[in-house]
Amino acid sequence: MIITLDSIGENKKAKVVSISGGWGIRQRLGCLGIHPGDIITVKKSAIMRGPILISVHGNQVALGRGVARKVVVEAE
Amino acid sequence: MKIALMGQPNSGKSTIFNHVAGYKAVTSNFPGKTVEYTSSKVNLFGEIFEIVDLPGTYSLTSFDLAELEARKYLLKGNVDLVINVIDASLLSRSLELTLQLLELKLPMVICLNMIDEAERKGIKIDVEKLSEILGVPVVPTIALKGKGVKKLFSMAYKIGEEKGIGKTINFSKDVEEVIAQLSTQIKKKQINQEFNIPERFLALKYLENDSYFMENYEEKSNNLFKKIVHFQNILEETHGRQSDVVISSERHHLSMNIYESVVSLTKPHTSPRDYLDNILMHPLWGYISLGLIFYLFFNLIFGVGKIIEEPLLDYFYRLIPLIEKSINPNTLSFSIISGIIQGLAGGIAIVLPYLFPFLFGLAILEDLGYLPRIAFLLDAFLHKIGLHGKAVIPFILGYGCTVPAIMATRILESGRDRFIASVLATMIPCAARMTIIFALVAFYISPQAALAVYILNIIVIIISGKILSRLLPEVTPGMILEIPAYHIPSIKVALAKTWLRMKEFIFIAWPLLIVGSTILSLLQYYKMDMLVNKFFSPLTSLLGLPVVVGTTLIFGILRKELSMLMLIQAIGTSNVAAAMSTTQIMTFTIFIIFYVPCVATIAVLWKEIGSKRTLFTVFFTFLLAVILAIITRFVY
Repeated sequence: MIITLDSIGENKKAKVVSISGGWGIRQRLGCLGIHPGDIITVKKSAIMRGPILISVHGNQVALGRGVARKVVVEAE
Repeated sequence: MKIALMGQPNSGKSTIFNHVAGYKAVTSNFPGKTVEYTSSKVNLFGEIFEIVDLPGTYSLTSFDLAELEARKYLLKGNVDLVINVIDASLLSRSLELTLQLLELKLPMVICLNMIDEAERKGIKIDVEKLSEILGVPVVPTIALKGKGVKKLFSMAYKIGEEKGIGKTINFSKDVEEVIAQLSTQIKKKQINQEFNIPERFLALKYLENDSYFMENYEEKSNNLFKKIVHFQNILEETHGRQSDVVISSERHHLSMNIYESVVSLTKPHTSPRDYLDNILMHPLWGYISLGLIFYLFFNLIFGVGKIIEEPLLDYFYRLIPLIEKSINPNTLSFSIISGIIQGLAGGIAIVLPYLFPFLFGLAILEDLGYLPRIAFLLDAFLHKIGLHGKAVIPFILGYGCTVPAIMATRILESGRDRFIASVLATMIPCAARMTIIFALVAFYISPQAALAVYILNIIVIIISGKILSRLLPEVTPGMILEIPAYHIPSIKVALAKTWLRMKEFIFIAWPLLIVGSTILSLLQYYKMDMLVNKFFSPLTSLLGLPVVVGTTLIFGILRKELSMLMLIQAIGTSNVAAAMSTTQIMTFTIFIIFYVPCVATIAVLWKEIGSKRTLFTVFFTFLLAVILAIITRFVY
């Protein structure tokens, strides 16, 4: 199932398919270890459409909701 | 020998720097706290080294101003050696920057920092094998405890002398072919010589579509530009992805391969701090903890401050009558002496008792790694004022001092966000204004009233943020922020950091305080204060304040805490309640909190957001202060 990262539930895993944003966001996410093919675990989701906390390659990253919406993933 | 410390954010560069240079760079467990480079000359092994602590950067493709600063420094080309500091517990990701640094062909040593943390996570690294693959020495360290740092620098010295550079790690064959062809073109045109960097590095930057290099050269050679686009297209067609994604994926795979060949994974040791986030970042408990932490934090400051302030103030004010006995109060020398004593007293008895506990508490929270968690919790709220979670960092620092707060806005990506965050940061009551709130409102009215001032302040900031983001309706780029692991803070480091920040007050603000206080004494002696007060009388009468506070407002622009000290001197008694009503005390405090930022703040604003926007800020905050003070006068 192909969806965006912001709709993945807590403690669920997903595989990155592509990043739909522009050059800047692709590069910034790449720097934090988020590339197509990487496995991401969503750990927490803040209230009021706040950011999500993900774990990728043993590292925690907070992504704003708008940013998470640009990460296209395949849910497991 | 000039050595630059380069690495990803929060890898411990500043900690290593401080270990050899003494505590000169502020460290904390927050990615991106170093926004400017700090350099220091150090004598090691009988040789003078110039060590430069650069802001952390995830890659050599830079996004925010701090990262750009690091890259610019490195590309300037007068660095003799690079120490690439790596957080060993994040080796695979960190290697992506290492690969880019190798492409620069500079003498390099790798510092595998926080090796203990990596082992705790079950990551065991074959140091020799890593060094063999990359062709540069790798030194494991635990910078916080100073372990391995000496070895690191002796290795750096050796490699710097030998000018030993690492290996070039090759990408996939087809990508390498494109790189080789583009490199040849670049070499032919001698473009790389202008930048003074290897052609392969430049070729990669072009294929990555790096805006800095693209813009720089678009004007120069149209012919090469067409070729670059051609090569970018080749990569895109063969890989079915944008050329920058192809290059970053290649680097990612290389890093993963190296990581897998040098690391053996064992079972990680869990510790209580792994579970801390279940509470501190919880959708309900997270916010309750946040409120509780800050409530306790400010209570502690007020508690500690009050215990110290009262006896100290008593002591100083007993001095004045003693001097009055020996020197005639109507002479010039008495005016000068009492001015100096009041200035000294202000520093020791009013400012220090609150400043020290605040800065120490902040240092502990920072080193623990709590600040990024606050950014996570408050991101949704900051979106309501047109910013995102990272803006919380300048705001929190603003409770200490506005100057570093404005510097910290550099971690924000867009110019619009930096502007809004800077204006709002000037309104946050810094430690100087905190002393006014505590020593006037909390002391003479009630601690609850002081808390109300803080809450009012936050409400005003929210409204101002809404107004500013309405004026500049661009959408904020959204938060991407690493949440680092918790670290147990070291009291020694926290004290060193507190001292570093206090030094600024002791050596810059305090002398100003003493001079300011003496000038006021002289003004009073020559009866010149009447003129200043008269000039300000339209304002003071509008706010319903005693005419004598006119002079204090000028001093407040120099340093905010001067206002209160001058107030005490101007009304001629340390018992403010005897000369001013509670309404007047409240009005005065509200006005001082919001009106015109201090001189140091104006200077840093000028540098960061430009003259026009600085003047706007000054005007905006002044207007706001007048309006709020008038409301206070009639409502409170």
